Amino acid sequence: MSTAIQDPQTVERPNYLNAEYGWKSWLLTTDHKRIAILYLISITLMFFVGGIFAVLIRLELLTPQGDLVNSDTYNKFFSMHGIVMVFFFLVPSIPATLGNFLVPMMIGAKDLAFPRINLLSWYIYIVGAVFTLAAVVLGGVDTGWTFYTPFSSSYSNTFVITAASGVFVAGFSSILTGLNFIVTIHKMRAPGMTWGRLPLFVWANYATALIQVLGTPVVAITLALVGLERAFRIGIFDPAIGGDPILFQHMFWFYSHPAVYIMILPGMGVISELVTCFSRKSVFGYSFIAGSSIGIAIIGFLVWGHHMFVTGMSMYASLYFSLLSFLVAVPSAIKVFNWTATMFRGSIVYDTPMLYAFGFIGLFTIGGLTGLFLATLAVDVHVTDTYFVVAHFHYVMVGGMVMAYMGGLHFWWPKISGRLYPEGWAKFAALLVFAGFNLTFFPQFILGYLGQPRRYHAYAPEFQVLNVMSTAGASILGLGYLIPLIYFLWSMRHGPKATSNPWGAKGLEWETTSPPPTFNFDKTPIVTEEAYAYSHKQEVEVG
Amino acid sequence: MADSHGVVAEHAEHNPNLRHHFDTMAQQFDSATLGMWVFLLTEIMFFGGMFGAYTVYRSMYPEAFASTSKHMDAFWGGLNTAVLIVSSLTMALAVRAARLGQQKNLQILLVLTMIFGLAFLGVKAIEYHAHWVEHMVPYWNWDPNYDGQPQYAHNAQILFCFYFFMTGFHALHMIVGVSLMLVILMMARRGAFNAEYFTPVEISGLYWHFVDIVWIFLFPLLYLIGLHQHTT
Amino acid sequence: MHEIPSVKTYVAIWATLTILTFVTYSVAKIDMGGFNIVVAMGIAFFKMMLVILFFMNVKAESPLTKLFAGAGFFWLILLLGQFFLDYATRGWMPEGKMW
Ligand SMILES: [Cu+2]
Repeated sequence: MSTAIQDPQTVERPNYLNAEYGWKSWLLTTDHKRIAILYLISITLMFFVGGIFAVLIRLELLTPQGDLVNSDTYNKFFSMHGIVMVFFFLVPSIPATLGNFLVPMMIGAKDLAFPRINLLSWYIYIVGAVFTLAAVVLGGVDTGWTFYTPFSSSYSNTFVITAASGVFVAGFSSILTGLNFIVTIHKMRAPGMTWGRLPLFVWANYATALIQVLGTPVVAITLALVGLERAFRIGIFDPAIGGDPILFQHMFWFYSHPAVYIMILPGMGVISELVTCFSRKSVFGYSFIAGSSIGIAIIGFLVWGHHMFVTGMSMYASLYFSLLSFLVAVPSAIKVFNWTATMFRGSIVYDTPMLYAFGFIGLFTIGGLTGLFLATLAVDVHVTDTYFVVAHFHYVMVGGMVMAYMGGLHFWWPKISGRLYPEGWAKFAALLVFAGFNLTFFPQFILGYLGQPRRYHAYAPEFQVLNVMSTAGASILGLGYLIPLIYFLWSMRHGPKATSNPWGAKGLEWETTSPPPTFNFDKTPIVTEEAYAYSHKQEVEVG
Repeated sequence: MADSHGVVAEHAEHNPNLRHHFDTMAQQFDSATLGMWVFLLTEIMFFGGMFGAYTVYRSMYPEAFASTSKHMDAFWGGLNTAVLIVSSLTMALAVRAARLGQQKNLQILLVLTMIFGLAFLGVKAIEYHAHWVEHMVPYWNWDPNYDGQPQYAHNAQILFCFYFFMTGFHALHMIVGVSLMLVILMMARRGAFNAEYFTPVEISGLYWHFVDIVWIFLFPLLYLIGLHQHTT
Repeated sequence: MHEIPSVKTYVAIWATLTILTFVTYSVAKIDMGGFNIVVAMGIAFFKMMLVILFFMNVKAESPLTKLFAGAGFFWLILLLGQFFLDYATRGWMPEGKMW
């Protein structure tokens, strides 16, 4: 892949891609930009592995009878889809790729604080991925991505320990990325890069890093307990001999609710960058957006009980968790309002990244608002474990995070690769993704409300029309993801050369060349202006 | 990636211990210490998860818990606490010696810290052996009759499982700690440290003290609460 | 960097910690009902603070280090507190015997 930037006509400036060649220069690199590329390749592979399972799920659900596969196989499909997508795509997606690439550059540093730990985190991720893929190859796992006890710890006959080990190991990669970001953002900022001038993407990654560092260890220990129980049958989670299966849910969701914010906060950071750049306006309410990231990181740890309303929790505890779940929506709403206010009277440019940003804002809002339905105790009882929940979190995770990831990838692709992608195809794909996504998941809200339970391979015949719509939408969505893969690969060799700042954007990463040199800047930059100092004059030059 | 500095000509007096992406030694030192603190944050949550689960079971089964604490020898636990506290003292003094550039003292204190760390592990081994003899090791060597109190056998087994899980995890940290000391000692003998550069000593010290703190909580939780039910 | 504490300080802290270990052991033999846990945890907390402030020298460290040292305990309390929010209100536990 390193041959992609060779160009016989001109002698290229030395950059991180052409600095060295050969597989060793990649596998032993400590350059945060190269590690970001390693992550990019790995999570893309995992995305398509998880995607294959999604395809299989939607194929099975085309007809009400469970005719394509039996229920055991279907259980494995949705479990592997969830485990791969959550732990091996969504959690590392933006932080480990775009974050890894951009955070040091955005704050004017030469690298992350601990470059070797950064490389280590990638290797740990790979080991975790190998474990999980081994579980797939050996015969899969059927517990769902949540590994609920006592099914996972006592009854499932599948490769729970293998898959859980993969997640356990991958957790350390996430922790190390978070640790690196926290230290880097605290200690490596260029002169003049005060906290009040940090790009909002950096703020978002900082908040994410806090959650990674504080939450991940707890899920690791939880999965270790599941493994222990499975191997030795001591009864930790087995109610028959005194164990408490609900304890697992508490420990699991202590991480896994905040993990939702690990998955969405970096996306929000990307959207803040896109909205200001393509509105040619300074961001509205900078300190509110920055503060709401930290607010989400903290309040996000207080709400996990909303996953357990139907586990026999007392109404006092339920009320507490319900109230706080409403409260955590406030910082998210602040962000949405501020993005909207930023666009208001801006000179909006409808380039591909901005299309994804529009998609994000709309879909995330729907995902967030339906989250409030679920935080409402009475409604939650009605829709628990139905497709309503499935639709809700796919609106946040796919409609939100994946949209932001795609938007960010398009936005910074010229910086990463030094090449431009074909704008026409990109816009077409963005529209496909948006249309396909809504067609896939909106019917699921209705299905869930009508009572179709999740995680069954067969369903009542009256649900078929909506399920066929959903499967049709998934095909469009899949196409929408394949097209960018093709043109990104194409652009690496054939795309036109990118200038250092093709969007006319603000931020230190645009002040260095595309692609950047190994140490990011020829001279340590000195920051003298606020973030997003866009002036309306600029729109003329950029057009 | 070779340290080809091409464009970086900012630091004229270049300390050989300064890595290329830092500007000053102070920045490098601060980053390392902050990094260790963030790591300790994750460690707190690691042990925190176990403490939480253990506390839940203990409050669910108070009688069974009382019956387990009979098998914890507070003498050995107390002795080990004292040993660890001494090791923390020698560790703190080792860091002090490193800061002052006293290389000889540093090496002596590191060796002492290792010895106390190993002593701790030795005592722990004695205790584990005693549990084995009493058939108190879940799964491998568990007496289903539980010392004549079969009504507690299941619950006590869970609590013993957590006892081994927590102390075992702590012992693992001790082993890592002793190994770290060994590495630091070898670096010190090579003359890697001086009054300007002692970061590895400093951050290993933080780690060691943290492991000590975990034990400071494990000792009363596992050995002391319930002691009054058996001695009075 | 910051000033280096004297050997005397370190030894004094060590002596205090050792005495406290003995105190917590002796006090544990007295039956105080529910207070045994409170006293034991109180002493452990105090010992921890001594180790953090003096052995780990957080006393002389930047506010940032103090913040991170404190954050861990804050989150630990969140974890335990919300566990018990559920368990304590379920009425599963034997009455009057939370500990
Ligand atoms: Cu949640």
